[in-house]
Amino acid sequence: MSEHDYTPKSKFGKWFNDRLPLLTLANHLTDYPTPKNLNYWWTFGGILTFCLITQIVTGLVLAMHYIAHADMAFDSVEHIMRDVNYGWLIRYIHANGASMFFLAVYIHIFRSLFYGSYKAPREIIWIIGIIIYLLMMAAAFMGYVLPWGQMSFWGATVITNLFSAIPLVGEGIVTWLWGGYSVDNPTLTRFFTLHYLIPFLILGLVVLHIWALHVPGNNNPVGIDIKKPSKDTVPFHPYIVIKDGFALLMFMIVFAFFVFYTPNILGHADNYIEADPLVTPAHIVPEWYLLPFYAILRSVPDKLLGVVAMLSAIFILAALPWLDTSKIRSAVFRPLYRQFYWILVADVLILGYVGAMPAEGLYLLIARVATAYYFLHFLVILPILGYKEKTLPIPLSITEPVLGGSPNLAAARNTESFNK
Amino acid sequence: MSEKKTNRRDFLFTATYAVGAVGVGATIWPMIDQMNPDASVKALASTEVDISSVNPGKTITVLWRGKPVFIRRRTQEEISEAKSVKLEDLKHPERDEDRAANPEWLVMLGVCTHLGCVPLDQKGDYNGWFCPCHGSHYDTSGRIRKGPAPTNMEIPKYEFVNANTIKIG
Repeated sequence: MSEHDYTPKSKFGKWFNDRLPLLTLANHLTDYPTPKNLNYWWTFGGILTFCLITQIVTGLVLAMHYIAHADMAFDSVEHIMRDVNYGWLIRYIHANGASMFFLAVYIHIFRSLFYGSYKAPREIIWIIGIIIYLLMMAAAFMGYVLPWGQMSFWGATVITNLFSAIPLVGEGIVTWLWGGYSVDNPTLTRFFTLHYLIPFLILGLVVLHIWALHVPGNNNPVGIDIKKPSKDTVPFHPYIVIKDGFALLMFMIVFAFFVFYTPNILGHADNYIEADPLVTPAHIVPEWYLLPFYAILRSVPDKLLGVVAMLSAIFILAALPWLDTSKIRSAVFRPLYRQFYWILVADVLILGYVGAMPAEGLYLLIARVATAYYFLHFLVILPILGYKEKTLPIPLSITEPVLGGSPNLAAARNTESFNK
Repeated sequence: MSEKKTNRRDFLFTATYAVGAVGVGATIWPMIDQMNPDASVKALASTEVDISSVNPGKTITVLWRGKPVFIRRRTQEEISEAKSVKLEDLKHPERDEDRAANPEWLVMLGVCTHLGCVPLDQKGDYNGWFCPCHGSHYDTSGRIRKGPAPTNMEIPKYEFVNANTIKIG
């Protein structure tokens, strides 16, 4: 690759680079050859980096004013909202930032699912991504506990009690997690510590995620291996930097809309009531981004099996590169997979909807069917589809379908229309 | 290298790893155990409650170890309803006599055994408690009858100090 030949122009640069090759790294990142057909679904990696940094910076500032104590946490959050200069703004960015982070990560994950970005040789990138996603859920959950409102307290109670489903040691583990016999001050202080720690773990994993990405290079909408650098690639700077930057601006408009116009729409009114261990809110619901998994938990009538089903729904994603037996990456050339993909998207949205509804009657029935389908998709449909599906012929290069004369012209146009 | 010499090396390696593992374990344990309930939490182990003002058909809720405890003075109908249930109809079979030694007073942790919410009094299909979180129904003895909870609501250790006072814990 080109960076091996890189020599800094200035004498000092060369001196420094011989001792610590930071300039070589910078050169690699600028020149990094990127498929020229990447569409806007590929801009969410950059958007996610922005989200992580936003959460770290706003979180750092909030931690200067927040007090992690059961008697003072709720008041200190109100103090941030009312007294601290721009405290309302910083807290609303942080709270809505969590939702924006998940919005972006879901688009990022479903982009991978559509274009088969998890397949060889990108399995490690995918698995690191799943670990990041798990850590994000842990960080979001613990962050939601910190204001010590009713939803904080009871959400913490319900989620930590999931561990009590483990036979024999479950109760001991829950007591250990709480540092007492119920969710209380020791629980709050450790959640604050871990909430502070996890973003930095995520930051480290993001470095590994990008490092692992830069070994094979980006997947692309056509899903074929490309030579790099070649006619099929463009350097990361300025092409992708500008495109990512534009997408980020669009994303920030949505972000700003939530922060400035409906800052509480994604939260729950119950969390503006201080935690009360004697009264459970009538309807406990997690944040929207956890709802599909919550629906899976509730759709199983047995406590232990419900927890197992919920965790399996997440961990099954890590096995996806081996469950999907098809050699073709992009759904553009997989007419059947494309349909099952959209059914899965609908299935997850339905799970999210019923997760917000009471677990009874028709909602429960729908949740059970949708849960069954979720597992069916990954455990039955994907493995079989790889053998049965008649895929469309894939082009030899990115350029080929664009310049015409290819049998896949129609397919290439499909990609285009999907992009818009 | 002779075979005897290699064996001696192997032994040294294994012994070093073993001692190292014990050392690491001994260092990690305090880091893990510090998260368990501390002495000040354990010190709040018992609480005394005055029940003289509780009339039949009323429940009071007191906080014990950060958890709600329901103290219900049951009516005659509730007691007979709880006693008349056949054990084979129960998901977690327990006799009412074993749950409430003095049948008039039911003292139990007001914590749903599913995921720890506080059930609502006098609700649900069995005139006992109903958990709003995930829909578990308990009878007048606090036994699970319907829904995802695996067991009956727990009976804490308690005793009557005198006719008007209960000591929990």
